[in-house]
Amino acid sequence: MNAPAPSSLRLVLTLAIAGLISGIAIIGIYESTLPTITANKARELREAVFKVLPGISEMQQLVYRDGGLVATEERRKDEQAVYGGYDREGDFVGYAIPAAGPGFQDTIGLLYGFTPQQKRVVGMEVLESRETPGLGDKIYKDAEFVGSFSALSIDPNIVAVKKGTSAKPNEIDAITGATISSKAVVRIINEAHAEWSKRLPPAGAEPPLGETDPVGTGGSP
Amino acid sequence: MKQNDSYEEFIKGIWRDNPVFVQVLGMCPMLAVTNSAVNAIAMGLATFFVLVGSSFLVSSFRNWIPKQVRISCFIIIIATFVTVADYTLLALVPKVHKELGAFIPLIVANCMILGRQEAFSSRYPVRLAVMDAIGMAGGFLLALFSLGAIREILGDGALFGIDLFGENFEPWIIMILPPGGFLTLGVILLFFNWFRFKKDEFLADVAAAERGGN
Repeated sequence: MNAPAPSSLRLVLTLAIAGLISGIAIIGIYESTLPTITANKARELREAVFKVLPGISEMQQLVYRDGGLVATEERRKDEQAVYGGYDREGDFVGYAIPAAGPGFQDTIGLLYGFTPQQKRVVGMEVLESRETPGLGDKIYKDAEFVGSFSALSIDPNIVAVKKGTSAKPNEIDAITGATISSKAVVRIINEAHAEWSKRLPPAGAEPPLGETDPVGTGGSP
Repeated sequence: MKQNDSYEEFIKGIWRDNPVFVQVLGMCPMLAVTNSAVNAIAMGLATFFVLVGSSFLVSSFRNWIPKQVRISCFIIIIATFVTVADYTLLALVPKVHKELGAFIPLIVANCMILGRQEAFSSRYPVRLAVMDAIGMAGGFLLALFSLGAIREILGDGALFGIDLFGENFEPWIIMILPPGGFLTLGVILLFFNWFRFKKDEFLADVAAAERGGN
């Protein structure tokens, strides 16, 4: 080119200004969408809890802290939580327990409902999965498979068996063509159950519905 | 003045220089997210927004950006628009955002977008640059949609999630898996090349006939 080369200062300044404007734009969009994104996530979780614990009308977060469950909104990053579901009278119905583990392709994240009185799984909802479309994604698209978690004994654990051969109350039919994904779901629930049954209080001693605002209905902190 | 006509700049991206079918650019999102028509359209619209926005800014500032740092500036502008699209989709349509996943941030790396800035927007006035971007992004959207629709119909027996063939249809599952993207794209590229070949042949015939007539 015939034009003289611009000074380094001009180059640095151009990039600095471009970066500054870009940064301001990104902060702007982040700040303006954050409330909606947080609300969406809270609503999704709330809907999932109500789905896996049929018949509840209230829920609250129960954080596992110092060997017991504490009903609180606050949760530190290293603490684990379950969600307690309560009926219209405020009586405890069951826990909605988040669990995650490796599936066929990537981590499967799910939520399952557990009633300690009957030691039953009463619902299962996949929250996060990258299973093969058309095959592995049946773990949440196949109504029959999802439905088989609606009254399932988990004493001592769940067993996935070949389709059409489930006989005992703790057995479920694996999905034909998605055996690995369905077994992964069962394994994730079993592992979470083994972990949490050491922590949950004995049946009948669950924390009562607190005065705190139920998760998801409160304003942003 | 013919080549600077804004209609011409618009229409070339849709058909003659279609970024996917003729230039074969932007293959990564093309193959990855076209397993359903809705995903394809969401990706197409996000790319549309990024390309038109970036072309507008790059063309407006083309006399201020020193050519030594132009690529970095283009990338900063594109990346900003991509981030805006990413958060907007996450807030408005979380379900679609989940399906598209990592491919939204990867719009930054779509060579079609950077290619248009370097080849066109940084050299032409704003009006033409925006028309060019709309044409190219429209062509990209059309290509994504046709691939997504074909794959969803064959692989899932549905379009936009609406069942088309009823119970007896056996979905051709490979079409919504990655190989289906390559198969469909290959067949479409075959058609485009066959069409171009036929057109050239026809034009040659016409020219020969005219010479013979004289």
